[in-house]
Amino acid sequence: RSTSGAEPESARARGAGAERGEHREGERGAAGIRCVAYNNQSNRLAVSRTDGTVEIYNLSANYFQEKFFPGHESRATEALCWAEGQRLFSAGLNGEIMEYDLQALNIKYAMDAFGGPIWSMAASPSGSQLLVGCEDGSVKLFQITPDKIQFERNFDRQKSRILSLSWHPSGTHIAAGSIDYISVFDVKSGSAVHKMIVDRQYMGVSKRKCIVWGVAFLSDGTIISVDSAGKVQFWDSATGTLVKSHLIANADVQSIAVADQEDSFVVGTAEGTVFHFQLVPVTSNSSEKQWVRTKPFQHHTHDVRTVAHSPTALISGGTDTHLVFRPLMEKVQVKNYDAALRKITFPHRCLISCSKKRQLLLFQFAHHLELWRLGSTVATGKNGDTLPLSKNADHLLHLKTKGPENIICSCISPCGSWIAYSTVSRFFLYRLNYEHDNISLKRVSKMPAFLRSALQILFSEDSTKLFVASNQGALHIVQLSGGSFKHLHAFQPQSGTVEAMCLLAVSPDGNWLAASGTSAGVHVYNVKQLKLHCTVPAYNFPVTAMAIAPNTNNLVIAHSDQQVFEYSIPDKQYTDWSRTVQKQGFHHLWLQRDTPITHISFHPKRPMHILLHDAYMFCIIDKSLPLPNDKTLLYNPFPPTNESDVVRRRTAHAFKISKIYKPLLFMDLLDERTLVAVERPLDDIIAQLPPPIKKKKFGT
Amino acid sequence: MAALEEEFTLSSVVLSAGPEGLLGVEQSDKTDQFLVTDSGRTVILYKVSDQKPLGSWSVKQGQIITCPAVCNFQTGEYVVVHDNKVLRIWNNEDVNLDKVFKATLSAEVYRILSVQGTEPLVLFKEGAVRGLEALLADPQQKIETVISDEEVIKWTKFFVVFRHPVLIFITEKHGNYFAYVQMFNSRILTKYTLLLGQDENSVIKSFTASVDRKFISLMSLSSDGCIYETLIPIRPADPGKNQSLVKSLLLKAVVSGNARNGVALTALDQDHVAVLGSPLAASKECLSVWNIKFQTLQTSKELPQGTSGQLWYYGEHLFMLHGKSLTVIPYKCEVSSLAGALGKLKHSQDPGTHVVSHFVNWETPQGCGLGFQNSEQSRRILRRRKIEVSLQPEVPPSKQLLSTIMKDSEKHIEVEVRKFLALKQTPDFHTVIGDTVTGLLERCKAEPSFYPRNCLMQLIQTHVLSYSLCPDLMEIALKKKDVQLLQLCLQQFPDIPESVTCACLKIFLSIGDDSLQETDVNMESVFDYSINSVHDEKMEEQTEILQNGFNPEEDKCNNCDQELNKKPQDETKESTSCPVVQKRAALLNAILHSAYSETFLLPHLKDIPAQHITLFLKYLYFLYLKCSENATMTLPGIHPPTLNQIMDWICLLLDANFTVVVMMPEAKRLLINLYKLVKSQISVYSELNKIEVSFRELQKLNQEKNNRGLYSIEVLELF
Repeated sequence: RSTSGAEPESARARGAGAERGEHREGERGAAGIRCVAYNNQSNRLAVSRTDGTVEIYNLSANYFQEKFFPGHESRATEALCWAEGQRLFSAGLNGEIMEYDLQALNIKYAMDAFGGPIWSMAASPSGSQLLVGCEDGSVKLFQITPDKIQFERNFDRQKSRILSLSWHPSGTHIAAGSIDYISVFDVKSGSAVHKMIVDRQYMGVSKRKCIVWGVAFLSDGTIISVDSAGKVQFWDSATGTLVKSHLIANADVQSIAVADQEDSFVVGTAEGTVFHFQLVPVTSNSSEKQWVRTKPFQHHTHDVRTVAHSPTALISGGTDTHLVFRPLMEKVQVKNYDAALRKITFPHRCLISCSKKRQLLLFQFAHHLELWRLGSTVATGKNGDTLPLSKNADHLLHLKTKGPENIICSCISPCGSWIAYSTVSRFFLYRLNYEHDNISLKRVSKMPAFLRSALQILFSEDSTKLFVASNQGALHIVQLSGGSFKHLHAFQPQSGTVEAMCLLAVSPDGNWLAASGTSAGVHVYNVKQLKLHCTVPAYNFPVTAMAIAPNTNNLVIAHSDQQVFEYSIPDKQYTDWSRTVQKQGFHHLWLQRDTPITHISFHPKRPMHILLHDAYMFCIIDKSLPLPNDKTLLYNPFPPTNESDVVRRRTAHAFKISKIYKPLLFMDLLDERTLVAVERPLDDIIAQLPPPIKKKKFGT
Repeated sequence: MAALEEEFTLSSVVLSAGPEGLLGVEQSDKTDQFLVTDSGRTVILYKVSDQKPLGSWSVKQGQIITCPAVCNFQTGEYVVVHDNKVLRIWNNEDVNLDKVFKATLSAEVYRILSVQGTEPLVLFKEGAVRGLEALLADPQQKIETVISDEEVIKWTKFFVVFRHPVLIFITEKHGNYFAYVQMFNSRILTKYTLLLGQDENSVIKSFTASVDRKFISLMSLSSDGCIYETLIPIRPADPGKNQSLVKSLLLKAVVSGNARNGVALTALDQDHVAVLGSPLAASKECLSVWNIKFQTLQTSKELPQGTSGQLWYYGEHLFMLHGKSLTVIPYKCEVSSLAGALGKLKHSQDPGTHVVSHFVNWETPQGCGLGFQNSEQSRRILRRRKIEVSLQPEVPPSKQLLSTIMKDSEKHIEVEVRKFLALKQTPDFHTVIGDTVTGLLERCKAEPSFYPRNCLMQLIQTHVLSYSLCPDLMEIALKKKDVQLLQLCLQQFPDIPESVTCACLKIFLSIGDDSLQETDVNMESVFDYSINSVHDEKMEEQTEILQNGFNPEEDKCNNCDQELNKKPQDETKESTSCPVVQKRAALLNAILHSAYSETFLLPHLKDIPAQHITLFLKYLYFLYLKCSENATMTLPGIHPPTLNQIMDWICLLLDANFTVVVMMPEAKRLLINLYKLVKSQISVYSELNKIEVSFRELQKLNQEKNNRGLYSIEVLELF
């Protein structure tokens, strides 16, 4: 498969056959977004998906998904909210209210509200109280205590489920949306003050029911409701009368979010459209203002289940799994890359591991693992050819988890004979035996108690050691030999911190282990001496990927702001190259990429190369070449071979970027001549979604 | 030439001005900021350019301010006297007047006088004068009595002459007036008796004074409405002696003698005085500026809500109480010349006073730019502008142009406009163009014979004008039935209202063919259809059928179709020849290209006569047929109307006038044709709906072909 061409001295002689495996999503399909909750204080966004997963995005750190809580089959999250500043609560159809521990990354507690499935939840404007709306028509008020929540009382019971709730900004009244009507409660007495019947009529046809999917209570007493008949309605809560009605969709309007200033709000419809409403003066320079539908956005193909309104952007998410940030141009001061639309579709972490020796790929899904053996070919070809396969890729193994919990992390050892994965409550380690085409799988039983739950698992290069980052902040080293294992050591977190470690990297010689948490810096441990070697100077942005280079033991760290650092572990300092890069700065187009780097690897024979990738490109950084400045072309297409050497050298710079494969979930070097890339075509995800509402294209 | 500018009100809040008006308006240490003391308890500091108060201080209930607050220019503090004897000193940071420095004096204060460059003086009611510092050193010191019993201080003023403070005050006793001049440094007090002259009964209503090297010129406004001048020497020849001074008449009958309200007089400079009061005939009060050198009235302004008869003048601002609110009138005075005073100076517009332009130039930042981004840019532009200014002759070409417009002949204007347009675009290009057009249009309106058509055309073609900038332009063009100009406007202006579009359409449809021949209309959008219409004739019908995917023969049409078939030759002829002449077609195309909103256009379309509607419909139908002749459904030509525009206008016209058109026998065939057209469209769309599914399948197949499959091995050459 050699493609070596005219210039043996140049780097391109390596030209490898890139093998593409595409993995399919499992039987349940990709998880759509159910709710989002924006926290203005920390500029973070909590997102819950239909499989119960909750993710935290840090909008200040380049929209990086910095934390996640794995889902659970029985937990369908229906509501998500921030209260008491930075505390995150969720409630769902299992009837429980849960609080999440954002430091240790686990669920603090779950409390049954005893009202049947919970459909809605809202934190009071002061943040000290929590309100849930239940299936049985009850609205329950909870007091938030420093370490728990406490039931306070029930409001007047309604006759059908409470689907939406909203507090008046003063905290004295609430609005509750139900089926066919909206109730206004007085918080002090808990009694319903008004009941406003929503019109069932839909385009002249009487539908069976009109579901009030969302309500918003404004400080001037106006209640805005959105319902299944496609209406956005404005009510006067003092008199209980309908003030204005906008028919905006032929399908359900499912969500609403109001800006803090109450001068604009956003609604999402089942047709995938998001509408922006703004309070604008009736005539220029008149003080009388009215709500006007200003902008429609169509960034979704399916239902927009949830929307949020940050001070500068409209955020929407829905069944099509996309999380969309649409900046409000009038609120954005500087027209930089922050003003661009952002669509987050793929997870910001690596779900695939690879056994280089046996050419295996392990794919992690919500409830199962798939092991594939890569195919092979005997043919050769030139650049761009697709070679005929002599052996196709084999699906070797389909490993289903036991229990309802989602898989947090998984890993296959480089030798291919160990597979480890973890859920919230259990840790699994399997030994694989290969006999020709047969594989036998044996579970290693009797896991010690401290290995109950892992956030990250990693095998050493020689597959003799297993590194486990537990959610208590400890790092465990386990010795593997034959079919058994032995606990060697545990690095305990520094006293006082409970922050969980999310990323691990081990040096190929097995001497060094680097671990990074969600916010604190990267710690490097000496595995031989079992002690902390050093801590990389702290950086403002979370780490998205890291790896240790062979021989030099340089730690390469990628951050969510697209900076890449190289830190020499033996010297305990940044390398000269890294300093040069920082001095000169990255190319502005490099910094403007909107997906984080999720994987870094190295070429064993080319110490000057760093291979890294995000969802839309992969890049080989050649440290021997000059860095590009802002005037040079960053995405330098491969220089044509017929150009003279001089021209090629002049245009060459350190960043060799290719966008052939996208969306790219994983890319690694199998051997010196082979790259493996895993693509996840968007069409495949969409094909597995339920069909969207059909719209006629032609006709009258 | 002296001029009063537009007045503005300082406070909408009603000041507690008593019947005598305000106590005083005094300068503060910052230009543009003034201390206003009302006759009650309050002192307010105003910033005039912002027209807003910066601070306000009040004395306690029961106390009353008796002397207007002044600023001590040496320390920046404010000084006020309340209850005649209590002196208060404070500064901007103080909130409560009760808590600030207080000194109780032993005698009653008449005024505190403060000017730039010297310490304030305190004038007591008994005529004694003290420096503020000396007084504060011992507040209870004994104050001597200078003036006699029953003598009352009427007016005072403080000057600095050659760095020497000079104080003048006027007293009155039994109808006699005395002037005291105190040289403060030499402590010389000179007393003069003012001789009233011929009319002994007149009462002096108001004083003002200006000073030159040797004399204080004291001007007084008497109750007979005349202004008299008295010259008082600064350095008296014989200080000890009581001297008499004679006044001379300066201006006669400036104000009505028996004015009900107060009158006031203020010297503005050496040659100008401002007089507040009712002029002889009119009953309303007036502020007038007189040139005393030439004894001419320079300007005047009516103050219908009445004044308190008080007038203050500082810097370039005249302050007065107009109605209930404190009003500021900016006053500008250029060096006057005889020609100017006699009104013979050529410039109707003062060259010095800057005309405020009505047009905002968006390309240059406007003061309140957007944050830091613009700052650098604006600085750059400023610098560039400076360079330009320094390079340019003193009268910028734009000014010259504007002055030309007002007087010169059409031809001359045209030359000037061309000259200006040939110049490189200056930063204020937009504004000058705007001003020029407005100027031209104003003149057009004033002189019906004046119509600088070529000029206007050139200006429109600069692409900087829009309808809202000069709505008169199209109005005049409509009046003159200048279709060429209208076409140009329709092409260039983005914001023409629907009513005007419709008015244009009316003219385009009604104007006679012969008068069209004379005009020079832009024919860009029209293609000469007549050339190839002959050999197209046969092909056309076929392509039409093929295009739409349906066959009219198949169509089981009703009898109207049969009726049509009776005269097929007629039909083909009608559909292939353009129903309007080329020039009219070009004009109508301009209408088709213009932007509109249906709701606003529809009511106006109803006003067009039915014959014209039919003509337009015929033309549109003709265009449609031409459109459907080729596969891309476009018309030939450089800038032809699009199919959508044609269809939209057909719908609009029918919506607006269907009831009328349907009654017209000559429109019948056209309507039938249109009916057929719609019918064919419907069947096309239903066919499209049917094949949509097939299309999707094809697309899927296509995708699969591109799909590289679940697993593939590719060769990839890396760098």
